[in-house]
Amino acid sequence: MLTFLNHFINGISLGSIYAIIALGYTMVYGIAKMLNFAHGDVIMVGAYVCFFAVSTYNLPPIVGVLLAIVICTLLGVIIEGLAYKPLRQATSLAVLITAIGVSYFLQNAAQLLWTSNPKIFPNMFGGASIKLFGGELIIPVGTLVTIAACIVIMIGLTLFTNMTKMGKAMRACSEDKGAAQLMGINVNRTISVTFAIGAALAAIAGVLLCSAYPSLVPTTGSMPGIKAFTAAVFGGIGSIPGALLGGILLGIIEIFAGAYISTQLSNAIVFLVLILVLLIKPTGLLGKQIREKV
Amino acid sequence: MSSPFQKQETKMVPVPSHSIVPERDVDKAPILECRHLGIDFGGLHAVSDLNLAIGRTEIAGLIGPNGAGKTTVFNLLTKVYQPTRGTILLDGMDTAGKTTVQINKMGIARTFQNIRLFSNLSVEDNVKIGLHNQEVYSTASGILRLPSFWKKEKEAHERALELLSIFDMQDMADMKAGSLPYGAQRRLEIVRALATNPSLLLLDEPAAGMNPSETAELMENIVKIRDTFQIAILLIEHDMNLVMNICEGICVLNFGQVIAKGTAAEIQANPAVIEAYLGKKKEG
Amino acid sequence: MKKLNFKSSLDNWLTYAGVIIAFVVLQLLASAGGMSSALKGQLVPVCAYIVMALSLNLTVGVLGELSLGHAGFMSVGAFSGAVTAAALASAVPSAGLRLMIAMIVGAVFAALAGVLIGVPVLRLNGDYLAIVTLAFGEIIKSIVTNLYIGVDANGLHISFLKNTLQMEGGKMIMNGPMGVPANTKIATFLAGFILIMITLVIIFNLVKSRSGRAIMALRDNRIAAESVGINVTKYKLMAFVISAALAGAAGSLFGLSQNTIVATKFDFNTSILVLVFVVLGGLGRMWGSIIAAAALTILPELLREFSEYRMLIYAIVLILVMLATNNPTIKGFFAKIFKRKGAEE
Repeated sequence: MLTFLNHFINGISLGSIYAIIALGYTMVYGIAKMLNFAHGDVIMVGAYVCFFAVSTYNLPPIVGVLLAIVICTLLGVIIEGLAYKPLRQATSLAVLITAIGVSYFLQNAAQLLWTSNPKIFPNMFGGASIKLFGGELIIPVGTLVTIAACIVIMIGLTLFTNMTKMGKAMRACSEDKGAAQLMGINVNRTISVTFAIGAALAAIAGVLLCSAYPSLVPTTGSMPGIKAFTAAVFGGIGSIPGALLGGILLGIIEIFAGAYISTQLSNAIVFLVLILVLLIKPTGLLGKQIREKV
Repeated sequence: MSSPFQKQETKMVPVPSHSIVPERDVDKAPILECRHLGIDFGGLHAVSDLNLAIGRTEIAGLIGPNGAGKTTVFNLLTKVYQPTRGTILLDGMDTAGKTTVQINKMGIARTFQNIRLFSNLSVEDNVKIGLHNQEVYSTASGILRLPSFWKKEKEAHERALELLSIFDMQDMADMKAGSLPYGAQRRLEIVRALATNPSLLLLDEPAAGMNPSETAELMENIVKIRDTFQIAILLIEHDMNLVMNICEGICVLNFGQVIAKGTAAEIQANPAVIEAYLGKKKEG
Repeated sequence: MKKLNFKSSLDNWLTYAGVIIAFVVLQLLASAGGMSSALKGQLVPVCAYIVMALSLNLTVGVLGELSLGHAGFMSVGAFSGAVTAAALASAVPSAGLRLMIAMIVGAVFAALAGVLIGVPVLRLNGDYLAIVTLAFGEIIKSIVTNLYIGVDANGLHISFLKNTLQMEGGKMIMNGPMGVPANTKIATFLAGFILIMITLVIIFNLVKSRSGRAIMALRDNRIAAESVGINVTKYKLMAFVISAALAGAAGSLFGLSQNTIVATKFDFNTSILVLVFVVLGGLGRMWGSIIAAAALTILPELLREFSEYRMLIYAIVLILVMLATNNPTIKGFFAKIFKRKGAEE
């Protein structure tokens, strides 16, 4: 029973990381209708920034995290401005390939700058843990912080999109860009802000991810990126609660499949569940069903 | 034009009382009959209790204000939507549970309000796609270029040009469908629908966006199509000149319900129709 | 836009001619010793990637559905082909015949995988279909990584997840995560050329036939296609399965040109790589796919002198090409330059 609980907590923790990454995918998809394949690599950049700040320059962890957020946000805005903005009118496939190009670029630049030797990411939370049930259930503080961060981000984003002017502009753009423009909303700026928020979330996810799985290489972000994207689709792409739900479920499924079925097949099982969900509910768990007008 | 398209006649069935079938068709079974047809979107009765019959060679009109549910009726007839209630009989056969594809094979072809061509393909290919179930050969003989491929492709080519000639569009056969002028696109949709060898043709606002002379030509052509192919045509149209001139029976919808049925003269005199279009007369 | 059909026929014949000429020239160059051995080693993989690009173009360009798991079919073809070739090593002494059988087996297995995946998946649309093909690619990778296959006097032995083969002598063909460690390289440039030609014949003839038109009708307007009696599932599945079978044959060819093959070679990144060929070459434009696949497979080789910078350059080139071909301002700029050039000549 305690092992089960332990797996469950680990699943939620991993799922929280997926959820934070998935939020970035979902927000960008909702507004720019593009699959931002470079998102996973922004995670990697964030992790490297934090790594160097903390390990090489001995800055306190919180400064490392903030630095990662600032740099990734800038990076997100720059990528959007240079690579995606010129393609606003292009087909979604053209933008997708450009995003892939950006992803290659970030990975290879990271490889040149920091080599492909794995860096051992420092434990940001000092290895402290909470012991429950007379020491039989040990929960690392990092796990709790991850879950807490996810909850805070979720609440923050929900408030932001519902309460602020910019949040309303975002929702308007995701409904209908043309109409939003006619209402005086600066669509280009709204999209840039969305990318910035997505990239900032990616930085946080990068730090949390590498705290849990400390080996850092230039391709660190790709697989979690793909899985988080899967999570976003799983929950219904474009929906913020959907990203949370999808992320958490994906994390739990992955941990349980690894623990009780087979570690080698845990990825395959995650993807299999995704396929089954989409076959039953073609727009994801919380996605909107759109009837095509004939 | 010779008419390989002619349908065989079926046995006589008494025409139901709610029919708007013209004189010459009354001794034949209607091609289409809807009984108590209805569909709900959420709580909204988009169409309710629609009763309608169309004669074998009738040109019928479906009119009504915007949002009355006219296109929804077309979508019900072609099973884009499955009806919530009621039955649709096509040539006396129940169409319950059929798909759009099966409905087309059973004899209903349609055009769309917002033009839906295969816009990256040539005009001729658009018509040939309409001939998909008329000129049949296997995929393998297509890839291996077997004799059946050459024979059927030749037939399809000739038939496509023949059909395009209805609207005098043979010369456009090799143009990209999406690059045609608007009116030609609307006409191509009709040709494509005719290629599927229908017994009932549904036209969704065929004259939309056309100027008066184009509309006049279209009216002639609709009648010509009925006469050569001996088929029934049901059309949705806002151009009252067109509707009143060529439709033998007219059905008026408002808020998903039939408010009037009859000939052009009857409809024009109907107070409920006038109210639906112009609003209620102010008291006093 | 006039003479659409004539133009596309001409395109097709020029493509055939171009492939034949390229083959003859390269073959002469290779036999005359005018080609580095590194480049020579690339000839068969280039053929395999060309067929991959052509087959994916059938799904993405002609059918109009985005697939992010095409490498999965290549994987199925590569491993089933390698196992077939190894199992037949003594039964079929002729390497050419063995290669042919291996490619057919690869195509058949990939086609089966295509049916298995296509039946449920093709009900989805757009990005959802894309993500599910991605998921299937990863599932195929996981399955292949955990397969153990050996051959001995008693025939084939297969186990999954753990190596529990009980063999009397014989040899391992597939060894789980290590893939096929000792492949016999029997793939030839000639075989690659023939496969490209067959692929072109299949795709060109399909596109210019009743079924091909039905497939393109689905791409252009699914609702209209249904309204004229075209069976959506049948033709989507047809395009998808033909595409998978061709990718399987390409996988077999590729696998049998390598000393070792591992499942991770055919991951998401390979799927993306092939997609890049297709998009850069132009959707539905087969000669474009051929040139893009050939150029981009050779490019990293040519960039060897930039050694570690080459993938970075590759990425930058990719982004710039996408911007240049898709941004209206930049496109207009290039069009102007070319126009002026044309006027001067």
